[in-house]
Amino acid sequence: MIRSSIELNRLQALYADALSRQRPRILVCAGTGCIASGALEVFSAITTLVKERGDPVDVELLAEDPDRHGIGVVITGCRGLCVQGPLVETQPDNLLYVKVKVSDTPDIVEATIAGETVERLLYEKDGRRYPNARDIPFYRYQKPLTLANCGHINAESLPECITRGGYQGLAKALTMTPAQVIDMIEGSGLRGRGGAGFPTGRKWRSCSVQPEEIKYIVCNGDEGDPGAFMNRSLLEADPHRVLEGMLIGAYAIGARQGYIYVRAEYPLAVTRLRRAINDAKQEGLIGDGILGSDFSCQIDIAEGAGAFVCGEETAMMAAMAGRRGMPRRRPPFPAISGLLGKPTIINNVETLAHVPGIILNGIDWFRSFGTPTNPGTKTFALAGKVNNTGLVEIPLGLTIRELIFDIGGGIEGGKAFKAVQIGGPSGGCLPETHLDYGIDYESLTSAGAIMGSGGLVVLNEDDCMVETARYFMKFTQNESCGKCVPCREGTKRMLEILTRITTGYGREEDIDLLEEVAATVKDGSLCALGKTAPNPVLTTLRYFRDEYIAHICERKCPARVCPPLISYYIVPDKCKACMICLRKCPVEAITGGKKEVHVIDQDKCDRCGVCLSVCPEKFGAVECIPGRLNNGGEK
Amino acid sequence: MSGTITIDQKQLPINGEDNLLELIRKASVDLPAFCYHFELSDFGACRMCIVEEEKMGFIASCSTPPADGMVIRTTTPRLQRMRRTILELLLADHDRDCTICERSGQCRLQELTLRFGIDNIRFGKDIEALPRDELSASLVRDPNKCVLCGNCVRNCSEIQGIGVLDFAYRGARVRVMPAFGKSLAEVECVGCGQCIQACPTAALTIKFEIDSVWAALSDPHKRVIVQTAPAVRVALGEEFAGKAGAISTGKMVAALRRLGFHEVYDTCFAADLTAMEETAEFLHRFEKGENLPQFTSCCPAWVKYAEHFHSELLDQLSTCRSPHQMLGALLKKFYAREQGLSPQDIFVVSVMPCTAKKFEAKRPEFTTEGSPDVDAVISTHELARMIREMGIVFEELEDDSYDLPFGFASGAGTIFGYSGGVSTAVIRTAIYKLSGKRPAVDFAFTPVEGFPNVNETIVPVGDGAIRIATVHTLGAAKKLIAALRTGELSYHLVEVMACPGGCISGGGQPLISDAQARHERAQGMRGADKLQQIRAPQDNLFIKEVYQRWLEQPGSDVAHRTLHTGYTSRRRVFGQFIPVVAAERPVVDIKVCVGTSCHLRGSYGVIQELAALIEKQQLTDRVNLEATFCLEQCDRGPSVVIDGHLLEGVSEERLPAIFEEMVVKNLV
Repeated sequence: MIRSSIELNRLQALYADALSRQRPRILVCAGTGCIASGALEVFSAITTLVKERGDPVDVELLAEDPDRHGIGVVITGCRGLCVQGPLVETQPDNLLYVKVKVSDTPDIVEATIAGETVERLLYEKDGRRYPNARDIPFYRYQKPLTLANCGHINAESLPECITRGGYQGLAKALTMTPAQVIDMIEGSGLRGRGGAGFPTGRKWRSCSVQPEEIKYIVCNGDEGDPGAFMNRSLLEADPHRVLEGMLIGAYAIGARQGYIYVRAEYPLAVTRLRRAINDAKQEGLIGDGILGSDFSCQIDIAEGAGAFVCGEETAMMAAMAGRRGMPRRRPPFPAISGLLGKPTIINNVETLAHVPGIILNGIDWFRSFGTPTNPGTKTFALAGKVNNTGLVEIPLGLTIRELIFDIGGGIEGGKAFKAVQIGGPSGGCLPETHLDYGIDYESLTSAGAIMGSGGLVVLNEDDCMVETARYFMKFTQNESCGKCVPCREGTKRMLEILTRITTGYGREEDIDLLEEVAATVKDGSLCALGKTAPNPVLTTLRYFRDEYIAHICERKCPARVCPPLISYYIVPDKCKACMICLRKCPVEAITGGKKEVHVIDQDKCDRCGVCLSVCPEKFGAVECIPGRLNNGGEK
Repeated sequence: MSGTITIDQKQLPINGEDNLLELIRKASVDLPAFCYHFELSDFGACRMCIVEEEKMGFIASCSTPPADGMVIRTTTPRLQRMRRTILELLLADHDRDCTICERSGQCRLQELTLRFGIDNIRFGKDIEALPRDELSASLVRDPNKCVLCGNCVRNCSEIQGIGVLDFAYRGARVRVMPAFGKSLAEVECVGCGQCIQACPTAALTIKFEIDSVWAALSDPHKRVIVQTAPAVRVALGEEFAGKAGAISTGKMVAALRRLGFHEVYDTCFAADLTAMEETAEFLHRFEKGENLPQFTSCCPAWVKYAEHFHSELLDQLSTCRSPHQMLGALLKKFYAREQGLSPQDIFVVSVMPCTAKKFEAKRPEFTTEGSPDVDAVISTHELARMIREMGIVFEELEDDSYDLPFGFASGAGTIFGYSGGVSTAVIRTAIYKLSGKRPAVDFAFTPVEGFPNVNETIVPVGDGAIRIATVHTLGAAKKLIAALRTGELSYHLVEVMACPGGCISGGGQPLISDAQARHERAQGMRGADKLQQIRAPQDNLFIKEVYQRWLEQPGSDVAHRTLHTGYTSRRRVFGQFIPVVAAERPVVDIKVCVGTSCHLRGSYGVIQELAALIEKQQLTDRVNLEATFCLEQCDRGPSVVIDGHLLEGVSEERLPAIFEEMVVKNLV
């Protein structure tokens, strides 16, 4: 039991010393991305190899025996550069090995013990090898505040967390009055990282002044945007940081009970959180009289059943109370009447993860990142057609260009950038002209997108913007709770129109109709899910209207994505009459024979693209072109 | 909240209105809405009532409290476009066969479509029709007509405290339905029909029985007898543009005659009979101090509710059948014979304000020689439909009067139609029985603080007093029952009416849109009571005659057989069994509970072991084995029932011995 901040400091020193004797230390990233590419196999291979030289040791073991030394093999949470996984880092030299296979593990273990480097496994870009992760461009421009521990500690070890200052923010907060804590959060300018960007301190203040005896703090971990994994990664990699943030928040507003609402589809996050809560309870960091103060707080997990709308705070509270997850009107805001009718603060995972750092390091430190109105950092899940897909944390105000090209390493396959979809299904698609926009709440909103929780999908010349809008509309429509008419029926009809357009049945009046329905859904919906649902459609209409017109008036998909609006064509001069495509065509639409140039019957062709994919690269005879060809080759 | 607010450039004071919509409607602007209902919580789902506030922008007026200084515009080009789009969106998803729709002419969606002049739907039509639920005896649910305003959902849970309906699924697939998409007949729906009253469209309608009535009327071998409930007379006129609460008894009787009913009787007569029986029963219990408080039983929705949710109270329910069932029983059991007819020869129709009575009339215990005591129950609304179909100009009918003997009632019988009526009738009878006096004025009921819809009165008798409470709406009853259990409240007699204000607001009544009509109907009932020459049941000569001829005296054996009934628990709605071993010639019947508690205690293993034993001893043709849900012994499971004998805590080890003892031996 840690009964005082002195005890906490003593433990920090003790564990830090122990950690320094864990040499060498091999960290295997086991974020979901790395696990998918084989990190667990790599981990067990390394463990087996190390065991041949004696059992690996952990921090607890080393802390018990000050004379002991040994090798450590540690599983960590996500360290961001998912595209290069599985990632292995070795200490003390901080060498980062990428795309590690089981067959590479003997070399890694040998070299690490010998203090050498396995050159071939280092990250390489533009002919340069980067031994140290810090120098890799992907990491160089980042400012990991909430992700500071991610990938560097064993996510399931409270002692490792304590070595890196875990719970020091809480210890400091407990020496302050709740009002001082709120002043500090307010002064830091921290804004809600769930998407809307409401000032966190102001939210806390409005709850703290409520006279009610019972209050709650809820951590919103219902991350549901397609392609977003910021919160999951953070919870998996450093759960104690979020718990610490919650405890500080609870202390500030006067809550004695906190709940983490986390998606049940995040089993690893749930497991790690459960473990972290148990460990913290065991050490008295959660429970009665925390760190010897008279502040008591419990934290429990509420597992969500996977409804996107439950990320909306009023729907979430309904779900937590056992009711159907449907939003209700606000006011009253949860800070006044929330969970079970009690004043409740609901903060996003990332917002709470910022809190310990602010308390510990001060307002000025936090404000040294980001811009004056958008201080601090924000995590993003980089996805789509970008080279470095993965998890990043950047200071706000960084431009979209810097994020995509410097950190993200540019567009996959050297293709042309087309748009970036920021903010998930509630966000918008921004074109090239917006690349130099700073990433902050106001700029993104003015451009028609939103900050959102941090989903960021990069689109290139091969992406159809109408299809992209349709994809997101399908998502929102499926996830609408169905309560209010504009959202339920409006998204359904917008999806209907978009589907019509992408399947070649678009009508001239469809664009006007889309805009009309979009306006009703935006203005009329009950909650933010509906109010923002038209954003992908509105931004694509705003920036890529030509593509809509091409689909509707020319029956053409310029990006060659929508099957009914494209054609496959065999260039007679290039065709070597090899019969491959002819045999593979599933609908027997290709005619010709040996020494007879092949021709696609456009009426039979169902545009599956098999011919293009099987035509030998050296011939390159099959082309995909926008629009529909008639037999005979005319458009 | 006080202060002023500007609505369309007009200043209005705030006078404690809960929401802007109320205030706007007071400003003579009929702001459209589907999901706003005057006695339900705000929901804010249809978005038709959105207005523009200077600073706040678009706000749903139904769910925004008025605040001093607000500047509201109720109609702007953007608002108009939004409302039209919302309507168009709703219509696109709606079964638009208005010509053959039950609600045509009374449908909110239809009304607003006309008002906004929507004449073109630019969206696709959903081709697949969802199945209608017509299994319930009381109502029909048609999801194709539902606009998902949630009024029924909130009505059932907030007013009635039941919650039979709720939302299911997400996105465009959202539906309102009972749990697991079951029929209303398979869940704990009590059939009160309040959801029909709250529904703005035809998604919930009365289950019509008109066809069977027309068929009987045209059958030369049937004598068709009709009775009309007290509350019908104060509401039927509304169907013909009459004022709410206006008494139209005379015209109604005339119309019934024109429709071809052979005899027209008044359920108020039967209500007098109920008062006699129920008073006798109550005084008996009161003297003995047993099964108190006595709960009234004339409301079939309440009776079904008690059977579903309060099986522990069933002994306290009055055993009296509801008035129209009493009259039905008299007609079939005695009157038919006297007329030289068999029960099958007469067809009894009850005209009721109620949809739950439709279910009640189909209870198997309410039959005589296999013939239902009441053959058909039609609602006030259905009667109006029949009158219209026949082309009868209701307003121009000459008043007519009921047939005798069952058409004469005291004032006490008349007031059964509103909350407090039954109690008042019982008090009038009880006081006469106890003191021989007729009180000049009725005991006044006063509201019970902290218990909405509950009123009480104390009637002094001898040294003591009879404490009586009346409650309307089942949600309020639920709360009252909880208070009775804790001892916070204590009564000897509790009158329960399921519908707000009593039968006057029954599910089968003409639709009302505000509380005013309800008030006027109650006033009408009180007026009808005053018009009667006699006020107390025991003074009704025809009641006396009925006792002399057929029933001896209140509470006699014959009265019991004819006019009383019993109740069964419906805690488990549907006893669906899952066959495990289906014997062809079953001699022994075994049921094993697979409810959650029993399952956790190993009932699956018990089933498997039993099936193995049956198989081993080659008894598959003679021993029936079924899995069943909950035998109500959750803490002592696994529970097994063998030929009606309940065994608790049955373990697999004990099974061979039990099987030998209770199955094999019985087969020898």
